[in-house]
Amino acid sequence: MSTTKSSAVDVIPFDQALADFEPVLGLEVHVELGTQTKMFCACPTAFGAEPNAQVCPVCLGLPGSMPVVNRTAVESTIRIGLALNCAIASWCRFARKNYFYPDMPKDYQVSQYDEPLCSNGYLDVTVQTQDGPQVFRVEIERVHMEEDTGKLTHEGGATGRIHGADYSLVDYNRAGIPLIEIVTKPIVGTGALAPLVARAYVTELRDLMRALGVSDVRMEEGSLRCDVNCSLNRPGDPWGTRSETKNVNSLRSVERAVRSEVERQAALLLAGGRIIQETRHFHEDTGRSTPGRSKEHAEDYRYFPEPDLVPVAPSDAWIDDLRTTLPELPSARRERLQQEWGISAFELMSVVNAGALELVEATIAAGVDQAAARKWWTGELLRTANDRQVELSDLPVTGEQIARIEALIAAGSLNDKLARQVFEGIIAGEGDVDDVVAARGLVIVSDDSALIAAIDAALAEQPDVAEKITGGKFQAAGAIVGAVMKATKGQADAAKVRALLLERLGVAE
Amino acid sequence: MTGITRAEVAHLARLARLELSEDELDHYAGQLDVILQSVARVSEVATPDIPATSHPIPLVNVFREDIVQAGLDRAEVLACAPAHQDDRFRVPRILDEE
Repeated sequence: MSTTKSSAVDVIPFDQALADFEPVLGLEVHVELGTQTKMFCACPTAFGAEPNAQVCPVCLGLPGSMPVVNRTAVESTIRIGLALNCAIASWCRFARKNYFYPDMPKDYQVSQYDEPLCSNGYLDVTVQTQDGPQVFRVEIERVHMEEDTGKLTHEGGATGRIHGADYSLVDYNRAGIPLIEIVTKPIVGTGALAPLVARAYVTELRDLMRALGVSDVRMEEGSLRCDVNCSLNRPGDPWGTRSETKNVNSLRSVERAVRSEVERQAALLLAGGRIIQETRHFHEDTGRSTPGRSKEHAEDYRYFPEPDLVPVAPSDAWIDDLRTTLPELPSARRERLQQEWGISAFELMSVVNAGALELVEATIAAGVDQAAARKWWTGELLRTANDRQVELSDLPVTGEQIARIEALIAAGSLNDKLARQVFEGIIAGEGDVDDVVAARGLVIVSDDSALIAAIDAALAEQPDVAEKITGGKFQAAGAIVGAVMKATKGQADAAKVRALLLERLGVAE
Repeated sequence: MTGITRAEVAHLARLARLELSEDELDHYAGQLDVILQSVARVSEVATPDIPATSHPIPLVNVFREDIVQAGLDRAEVLACAPAHQDDRFRVPRILDEE
């Protein structure tokens, strides 16, 4: 284990790092396919089963067992390749990647080596910049098939980590689940936008997989995983040594991992240090990474063609057939929705960046006006999600609930301020819209006499305001309206209070 | 033309987690060298337009439909392992190799 200690600061601010260095990124994304069975055997793939309840002689590597390729997994991979504008190999083989680690009972993982099924594609991603949306073409090096590994739990010791553990426990349910690895070519020229481009790429890939229906792409369950390769170089210099950050388990963390690595490497380089080629481990809580395995000595996996599996040779007819099954892809869908909703590219990007496209679509389908649907998801609800550091889709709010709230607003019994309290109640688990409204007594005070009483009380407290208003300074009315809203705990219609106030003072705007 | 060095044998032994004595390294290096030299004679007759064979039978696209079948009984499987705990296989401490 080697770590390079910097004598200076551990990190420097991102903007400062970008003043001296240009980042080069490489992203490796692993996607677990949503097939019913494993890659090479008929074991089920359901998440969350009892340990070792989904195993057979093939995925346990028992002597004499023979793997057979899952046709659906190959078809899914070809469809992914086509959607990523890749060339599909007319002939390719599986290979054995040999290593000693108990996450695979065979002591090798079946993968693809120098003959990936799909290669040389691209995915266009859009990021929001100060000058408006900007498109980056991320080039895809390869898309290959392999099998996932088993899950280890390290026991004993204090940390639950491999170091200091007394022994480890292995669950092979995940071993053999079809895994697709999608590797980008080096991503250059993104500068300060590097963290955003990385996040946008993984997001776009996730949406693409979802549209294709090939995976449930849940980062929190590990069915979509991202390794972030990053290096820095001074403008004009050759590329620097790269690190690989693993354990990046959310879209937010993809962005954070790039940012943190740029800040760390820049600090080290500026202090005269040297970047070592290593695997780093990202920590969700701190947003920083710690060193793992050093990769200075290239690993020797002794790849060789898998003798138990025959080559995969998709015919043109098969590929063309699969091409016809491609659904509307996310980029085309966004274009269509932008037109249907009649909004600008900027407005659409706000929805996309918030991770709210599907939520807004569902809300509109529930009968809500597009502007109102966008307003709630990219405003109040996004703020709530950010405060809680979760994705919007993790909030227990549905399009139907927003439709109900909007109906109550239209009927005059709620205003936006009260609606926010309804959302708060829903998120706190207080029930559906009507439950929260009833339990919290949320309704606009529409009784004129109650409002007039509150107005009179406010005027009595601020006698100078009445004078200003009658003198023509209508903006002074805000003080009284504010006081009435406060007195009614927000349960009044501000416009109505204002109208009543002016009427009370006998003035008109 | 090929041949294998003693250092390469030591490297392969390490990758395969085989502990070989100095004498054994010499012994196996010699034996493996003979085997490689013999196999290398194939290259003398194979021209560059003949691709290396990885599968003796010219078959492609042997697939299985994506249909679940029953696997093994967990109790039976775990009983075959040297050790198990909490329905998982128990393996010795994993040592860092560096």
